[in-house]
Amino acid sequence: MFDQFDALFLARVQFAFTVSFHFIFPALSIGLASYLAVLEALWLKTGKQLYLDLFKYWLKIFAVAFAMGVVSGIVMSYQFGTNWAVFSDKAGPVIGPLLAYEVLTAFFLEAGFLGVMLFGLERVGRKLHFVATLMVAIGTFVSAFWILSVNSWMQTPAGYVLSPEGQYLPESWLAIIFTASFPYRLVHTVIAAYLTTAFVVGGVGAWHLLKDRTNAHARKMFSMAMWMAAIVAPIQIFAGDLHGLNTLEHQPAKVMAMEGHYQSHPDGAPFIVAGIPNSEEKRVDYAIEIPKASSLILKHDLNAPLAGLDTIPESDQPPVGPVFWAFRVMVGLGFAMMGLGVWSLFARWKKRLYDWPLLHKAAIVMGPSGFVAVIAGWMVTEVGRQPFTIYGLLRTAHSASPLDAPAVGASLLAFVIVYFAVFGTGTWYILRLMHSAPKIQELGVRRTEKGPVRTAGITPGLAQNQPHNPSDPTEKPVGEE
Amino acid sequence: MAIDLTVIWAFIIAFGIFAYVVMDGFDLGIGILFPSFAVGQERDQAMNSIAPVWDGNETWLVLGGGGLFAAFPLAYAIILPATYPLIIAMLLGLVFRGVAFEFRWRDPDHRAFWDMAFAGGSLVAAMAQGMTLGAILQGIEVADRAYAGSWWDWLTPYTLLTGLGVVAGYALLGSTWLVWKTEGSTQGHAYKLAFRAMVATLVLLVAVSLYTPLLEESYWQRWFAMPNVLFAAQVPLLTAILTGFLIRALAKRQHAAPFLLSLGVFLLGTIGLGISMWPYVVPDSVTIWDAAAPHSSQVFMLVGVALTMPLILAYTGWAYWVFRGKVGSEGYH
Ligand code: HDD
Ligand code: HEM
Ligand code: HEM
Repeated sequence: MFDQFDALFLARVQFAFTVSFHFIFPALSIGLASYLAVLEALWLKTGKQLYLDLFKYWLKIFAVAFAMGVVSGIVMSYQFGTNWAVFSDKAGPVIGPLLAYEVLTAFFLEAGFLGVMLFGLERVGRKLHFVATLMVAIGTFVSAFWILSVNSWMQTPAGYVLSPEGQYLPESWLAIIFTASFPYRLVHTVIAAYLTTAFVVGGVGAWHLLKDRTNAHARKMFSMAMWMAAIVAPIQIFAGDLHGLNTLEHQPAKVMAMEGHYQSHPDGAPFIVAGIPNSEEKRVDYAIEIPKASSLILKHDLNAPLAGLDTIPESDQPPVGPVFWAFRVMVGLGFAMMGLGVWSLFARWKKRLYDWPLLHKAAIVMGPSGFVAVIAGWMVTEVGRQPFTIYGLLRTAHSASPLDAPAVGASLLAFVIVYFAVFGTGTWYILRLMHSAPKIQELGVRRTEKGPVRTAGITPGLAQNQPHNPSDPTEKPVGEE
Repeated sequence: MAIDLTVIWAFIIAFGIFAYVVMDGFDLGIGILFPSFAVGQERDQAMNSIAPVWDGNETWLVLGGGGLFAAFPLAYAIILPATYPLIIAMLLGLVFRGVAFEFRWRDPDHRAFWDMAFAGGSLVAAMAQGMTLGAILQGIEVADRAYAGSWWDWLTPYTLLTGLGVVAGYALLGSTWLVWKTEGSTQGHAYKLAFRAMVATLVLLVAVSLYTPLLEESYWQRWFAMPNVLFAAQVPLLTAILTGFLIRALAKRQHAAPFLLSLGVFLLGTIGLGISMWPYVVPDSVTIWDAAAPHSSQVFMLVGVALTMPLILAYTGWAYWVFRGKVGSEGYH
């Protein structure tokens, strides 16, 4: 009943599911770690309580998100071996060392300084504590560097030779680390993490502004986030455009799928705004097109010829539907983000940034947009790479472990149930933390710094004073009397 | 003689696994023993004693897995499919116990549930790790650079025994860690647990040690043939001596010594393991040289390890130093 295809298909679903879940958390924690470093730096520089309050407020949220990022990441580091053993054997000599470098230079750094960052303020003093925060922030970036280097090598492989056993043997490490798509992917993904965080912070700020527009903390958060949206969203669109051009050069089939170009266009290809890709008939149904726009975007020339999927052998074509749609979701959200940024600039100019409920409502709606865009972007990247795991070289069908479908299916089911239950609960806790407004702490600092040593140790005072009868720490922010 | 990088890598991986086993071992051990501590102060103390360091400890697991992938990709590609259900169970167990650190404080209404998730997750992860070890030791069917057995091969009386052995060993590490880091009723309870865990560990260690040479002729050769036996016999001998010290340290209610002596027992266990397996990664079918990554990968990573490992050890040590001393339910003081 189960043939090889099923085991392969289940393994793919399992990988996509676990890595998508994993990436949601780094998308937030890469951005938040930097945001926390900025807040702490501002606090050290100005001495203003406001920044320390905000720091502690977001630190609580960071702690929960980070824990979920870590445990889902550990799952990822074993996914290669469990489900993609043949791939691991063949590509291990090349990507294994990159992952090892990630562990050595990033994960240890994050994990080593995390404890001090969360609980150590009183024990090590402000300066060293700031160093710890910085190290965690740097760690998240270095982590992104290595893992994206791995992924980029799989997209645009270089710097290797093939051994007689079919193993990829490293020839030039520089060529392996810095492949053609890597700089683009790194820039685009790290900016994506910053944008994701900015919109989360902005959404939370807006939520509290709607409840109380005089709330100084909410104002500061909202203002900071809207600056990010206004400045960084256009940069991201620009970076995305460059990324697309790079992809056109190295993975043309992926761009054809993104554009929905089943057929070649010898004199100027249209940009399909929306439509339903129909792979049977090799056309996009109900297409709304802008004539020649695609050639303009991709070739900067209205009449430039563009090849379509008809130039690619059937067996090497990626699925069009998911790539086409995911791309439009991402790009649409990118422009929506920029729109909100522009609106906020206008509101600033009109001096209505803090009392324009419609703007705040829009910011709340856009709060989770970064996550959606990020996952959509990865769908484009990864599904568009199909049917290969190592682009053009190793097929996905030849990468999987020799496993029975029931084994893969059962573990997939277990992951789905556990992830939704556990990470769903965690997300709920994060939302609860966000729901309570950050407050001014008249007394807070010294008491807070004496927090109990635990991962959630940013809500101290309380558990410290009443260890046997802890009231809900989430409802009472730090140091509140 | 040229330096054999493969051997160096085998030692680095062994060091990584040892570091993981003892560091996350005491975290998981505390998790396993968690339900036996009284709700409130005792449990809070136990949890607080590891909250700042557990993430760092668990990172050694990623280094172990990632290092194996990088240095011995073939072994990684054979062992993980062969022990698939165990690895999945371990990962899911680690998910539960990892988030419990956060969640139990976030949601006092469901504290009991997350306490159980912490304990259950730790138990499952420890058992799965021990059984994986057993599954590797009892041999894995390999054909054509891939796992060739069925997906129940890992479940035998032997693997159950090694699983229990690791659970008991982790409990020993966890309880002696608490002896060191806590005081009052928590510490009193930890002494009791440490004694029981030690007895259980010894019984299982002896059982596994007797069972293993019976599994395969080659294990027998490595342990009992001349002249190996002269060297190999030192391991059980030293273990017996250390255990004697351990019993004395517990009886005299010393604070740090029981944990350090337990570490010693684990170190000897690891050496024993090395004697059994050397020079195979997958016993009797794949040697470290068969599985080794090419020279260029080994060199590239060795540079990384040489540059970063001293730093990692330094700041990890610093993080432990920052949180030195006894922990209360209120945190360190
Ligand atoms: C906040 C998130 C976000 C936003 C607003 C955008 N992207 Fe994006 N995009 C990503 C987050 C992202 C990502 C998750 O970071 C991806 C997945 C892999 C990668 O390299 O970046 C990605 C991939 C990705 C790819 C696939 C590259 C490849 O795999 O070869 C292209 C062509 C674009 N993006 C282009 C754009 C354009 C033209 C955008 C402008 C509207 C845009 N992206 C907005
Ligand atoms: C974190 C964001 C990521 C997301 C959301 C993501 C998503 C996906 C999806 C949807 C697939 C399935 C594609 C298909 O079968 O059609 C996939 C496959 C895969 N991706 Fe990614 N991916 C991410 C990052 C990475 C990274 C960083 C790597 C490399 C280290 C990677 C390596 C793979 C591999 C090995 C497969 C399995 C083979 C395959 O089905 O193509 N992915 N991923
Ligand atoms: C298949 C791909 C991936 C694997 C194997 C993987 C592996 C891991 C592992 C093992 C951890 C836990 C580290 C610890 O113990 O502290 C982790 C956390 C993390 N990963 Fe991933 N990861 C993958 C994809 C990604 C991607 C695409 C990014 C970002 C671009 C990323 C960024 C991070 C970050 C920043 C953390 C720290 C924890 C957090 O921020 O929540 N990872 N990852």
